Amino acid sequence: MKERAVLDVSKLPLHGLSTASPTWWGTCAFMLIEGSGFALAIAVYFYLMSLAPNWPIDTPPPDLFAGTMLTLLLLASIVPNMLVSRWAKARALAKVRVGLIVMALLQAAPLALRIFEFPAMHVSWDENAYGSIVWTLLGLHTAHVITDLIDTLVLTCLMFTRYGDNTRRYGDVEDNCLYWNFVIVVWLPLYVCIYWVPRL
Amino acid sequence: MKSTSALLLLALLVSGCTGAQSILNAEGHAAIELKELILWIICVCAVVWLLVMIALVSALVRQRDPDGGAISERKAAVAISGAVGATVLVITGLTITSFYTTRALSEASPAELTIDVTAQQWWWQFTYVDANPTRAFVTANELHIPVGKVARLRLKSSDVIHSFWVPSLAGKRDLIAGRENMLTLRAERPGIYRGQCAEFCGLQHSHMALFVIAEAQADYERWAERQRGVGAEPTEAEAVAGKAVFMAKQCAACHTIRGTKASGTTGPDLTHVGSRRTIAAGLLEITRGSLAAWIADPQTLKPGNNMPLVPLTGDELRQLAAYMESLR
Amino acid sequence: MTEDRKQSSLMDDGLDDAELDWHLLKSWETPRGIWKVIATVDHKIIARRYIVTAFVFLILGGMLAVAMRIQLARPEARILDPDRYNQIFTMHGSTMMFLFAVPVMQAMALYLVPLMVGTRNIAFPRLNAFSYWIILAGGLLLWISFALDAAPDIGWFAYVPLSGPEYGSGKRADIWAQMITFTELSALAVAVEIVVTVFKQRAPGMSLDRIPLLVWSMLVMAFIVIMAMPAIVFASSTLILDRLVETQFYNPAAGGDALLWQHLFWFFGHPEVYIIFLPAAGMVSTIVATFSRRAIFGYLPLVMAFIATGILAFGLWVHHMFVVGLPRLGESFFTASSMAIAVPAGIQIFCWLATLWLGRPVFATPLLFVIGFIVTFVIGGLTGVMVASVPFDTQVHDTYFVVAHFHYVLVGGAVFPLLGAIYYWFPKMTGRMMSERLGRWAFGLIFVGFNLTFFPMHILGLLGMPRRVYTYQPDLPWGGLNLFISLSALLLVSGFLVFLIDVLVAWRSGEPAGPNPWKAATLEWATSSPPPAYNFRRIPVVDARDPLWRYPEELAVTAGLRVDRRELIVSSVVEALPEARESSPRDSIWPFWAAIATSIMLIGSIFTPWAVVWGSIPIAVTLVGWFWPKGTAEDIS
Repeated sequence: MKERAVLDVSKLPLHGLSTASPTWWGTCAFMLIEGSGFALAIAVYFYLMSLAPNWPIDTPPPDLFAGTMLTLLLLASIVPNMLVSRWAKARALAKVRVGLIVMALLQAAPLALRIFEFPAMHVSWDENAYGSIVWTLLGLHTAHVITDLIDTLVLTCLMFTRYGDNTRRYGDVEDNCLYWNFVIVVWLPLYVCIYWVPRL
Repeated sequence: MKSTSALLLLALLVSGCTGAQSILNAEGHAAIELKELILWIICVCAVVWLLVMIALVSALVRQRDPDGGAISERKAAVAISGAVGATVLVITGLTITSFYTTRALSEASPAELTIDVTAQQWWWQFTYVDANPTRAFVTANELHIPVGKVARLRLKSSDVIHSFWVPSLAGKRDLIAGRENMLTLRAERPGIYRGQCAEFCGLQHSHMALFVIAEAQADYERWAERQRGVGAEPTEAEAVAGKAVFMAKQCAACHTIRGTKASGTTGPDLTHVGSRRTIAAGLLEITRGSLAAWIADPQTLKPGNNMPLVPLTGDELRQLAAYMESLR
Repeated sequence: MTEDRKQSSLMDDGLDDAELDWHLLKSWETPRGIWKVIATVDHKIIARRYIVTAFVFLILGGMLAVAMRIQLARPEARILDPDRYNQIFTMHGSTMMFLFAVPVMQAMALYLVPLMVGTRNIAFPRLNAFSYWIILAGGLLLWISFALDAAPDIGWFAYVPLSGPEYGSGKRADIWAQMITFTELSALAVAVEIVVTVFKQRAPGMSLDRIPLLVWSMLVMAFIVIMAMPAIVFASSTLILDRLVETQFYNPAAGGDALLWQHLFWFFGHPEVYIIFLPAAGMVSTIVATFSRRAIFGYLPLVMAFIATGILAFGLWVHHMFVVGLPRLGESFFTASSMAIAVPAGIQIFCWLATLWLGRPVFATPLLFVIGFIVTFVIGGLTGVMVASVPFDTQVHDTYFVVAHFHYVLVGGAVFPLLGAIYYWFPKMTGRMMSERLGRWAFGLIFVGFNLTFFPMHILGLLGMPRRVYTYQPDLPWGGLNLFISLSALLLVSGFLVFLIDVLVAWRSGEPAGPNPWKAATLEWATSSPPPAYNFRRIPVVDARDPLWRYPEELAVTAGLRVDRRELIVSSVVEALPEARESSPRDSIWPFWAAIATSIMLIGSIFTPWAVVWGSIPIAVTLVGWFWPKGTAEDIS
């Protein structure tokens, strides 16, 4: 078949940011998958609750301190997270480097608090279905925090190499920030479920 | 294709009338309603299928006129809208019909008889509940009900999920550990109706049958009265010896024979095993020979079932079978 | 430095066709050599692998079906013992659903979607390579366990408590659960690739209303995968947790519940049917249009019907649970919703019939399969309406009636279109035509064999024969029909053999196909058969739904892409306006290593929960290797 050139694309940018970037859409798709997973886990929580004569099963509600501190810490991390995202958009390499180090610390800190959340449940995962589901909810979220922390660490290293100053990397940083926001947002319903629903 | 389907239809009609376990051989109150609904829906759907096939064939072979594309497109749009409208009507009709059938079936008529059904791998235990606990009794794999009376079954499982299904009498209902389900049976005519577990439950799911025997009230009363009694004391010498074997070997650890010291509950209650039609949940018709065969080698007849092979001499086996047969 | 490279980059506009082909081939081609082949990220090579693998699993699953039919041909046969039989029917269902049907449909998308939307590779090509190795590992896990007589024996639905810690002995249920994790991981990865490819890599001008219907169907399928599969991953993971570390999700004695499993399983399991059916509907739409020699009638209603099916798919799961004793009100709702899905299904059928009516049908083999599809799928759809009725279902649930029903839906509704699609796209994939003569024989044998095998099962169900029984007693009136079914199955098998022979012969020595043997309208036919590694010499520009019919002589294309690196066009979601010249990743061995590391972790976690901990470290290492820039031209921007 004969070809006729009707459109010149040579002037297009070599990599788009946010909605012009396939990686951004990929991140969104994975957030949708994981969001479905979290929604489902919460549905299972309520399903088991609806079956139990009393909830939590044979235990007092969880202690609030560690979980609430963790929630506040996560919420506080939104501010630097958004700043890093903005710096990445502006391609401010030095700021992004510092910001990523701060974010790595802010993502590691919740893990320290998380260690105290498991005993605050007053129930072991193998005692009853209540224990199983709250441990699973906490575990699921912890896995996401760890994943994003590792991602941030790798990205931080990368930004200090010669590959750092590159639109593609700035896009990665923005996607990483987007993902951390997701990790925070999904925690909020989990927090309400785990800590406040048993107190209703 | 045509002649085969005609043949199949014939096969259906013939076996439908003789089958002991068939949706089409409806003899219970619920099953009769369901059969009516099922045949009605099948007819409606068959007509729908035929209409689609007529449309398909005419679309493929119709004469094509050389022009007039635009006009036929408009016609096609009208036809599709009409067909979609008809689809909506048909499914609405079927939804309403099935809703009313469900409602009719679940109208609570007072039960005259309550039976606890406990399913387990791979047999059925029936406990006839009575306000007076001494009149309650336990049997297995064979359910007797009086014709025309409503029997309420409380369905439980002591292990995995099973499903109670006697198609000639009613639709099925699952038995689930940790839950209790309800099913009512009302046979309209006396007869022997076969049923079997309809939820995959492990190795011997295939051999987990039961029989419902619907009989006249008087016959039922006679049967129940006998079931309430203790196990018959054997008189025949061989059977007397068999009783001794039963008590001496592991048998008594798993089975109950009321009136003796055998009171195990792992296996079926054998107090009146000789009065039942089959053993091993419908596997074999009860004869002295089949009883002996079953006791001699349960794992070959029903591989994987929970009855162990108990080593016995030939004499012991014969004696045991005689004793079992005498438990009427 | 970046600026320098940009200056020296080689653009496509100054080159003639032969030079352009040479340069593009150099950038895109997979070199020879086993490690190079393992490292490839060419969507066509990977899709071909997927398709061949899926068909191998189809053959294996089919052999299991034959084994079951031999056992059931007469009452109380002792050819298979119950343990083997239970493994076989579990393997048959699991293989057909997780290792054949879903992957083969996704694989068709992997091959066709990039070509049909006019791009050079799938989005996230390395993830694509990873997904193939993962599903292969899952399939091997399942089949090696079968060879060792340790395959799952709990049904493809794995109901607790039978699959739970108390009754599911050995590692059989764990193997099943991890096989699920493997296949879902792979399916989710492919779904993301499809969504992003369709959203962001369409040829300039291919606005939403110009997307080929097959691509629409694959897009909806991908969304269903994304929403439904987390349910089964959650279910299988909690099952393993119950078995391995004694969580109590499914133990009623400790606040758990057996029905929770069924809710989770069917929340995935019912949409699964549409995951398989929608791609088939896309194939049918394509074949009907091409062989009616006219544009599809009712493009918009069809797209709406696909989307409606995708949404309704999530409101039906309880109709698999009509006999577990749920509240009556809930059951009525699910009856209504299950019946409602007949409306979009009806719209699809009516639009295809109208297209055939308005067109001038050419009875080539692909269309024959589509006609067979309409005949059988309508039966399957109507029996689906039947079992949607609660009272009807209480009788036929878990009987052979249901076995007949879902084989009519899955074989009639999905495998028939798939075989038609293979006949249709085989020339594109291999450059060679399959035989029309053998094709007619294959169709005839499969169509007749299928109906003779499965139609009588409706009757068996009405006669009271339950499913999943390894035998039945001689005094039950089922022997004759069962023998008839088993003999008919041989006819069906012979049809598949003819099909396979046709494929093998055509692959070696079929007639050369040329770029567009069927005179079809969509972009995959605008390039050579088989397409070059870079798919299109120049990315097409589209201003119509049927570009090759609108402009049969000349293809409008873009200019201005680099040829010395892998580059393609990223366009906007709605209008497909070009937004960027994006690089596409080079071949990489890392996805393979990541898949190996993931497999070790998943298989290890069958035996010890600590595998999740130590197993994550190699996965993290391989992922870093995967994403770490290598300084190639593709990294520049």
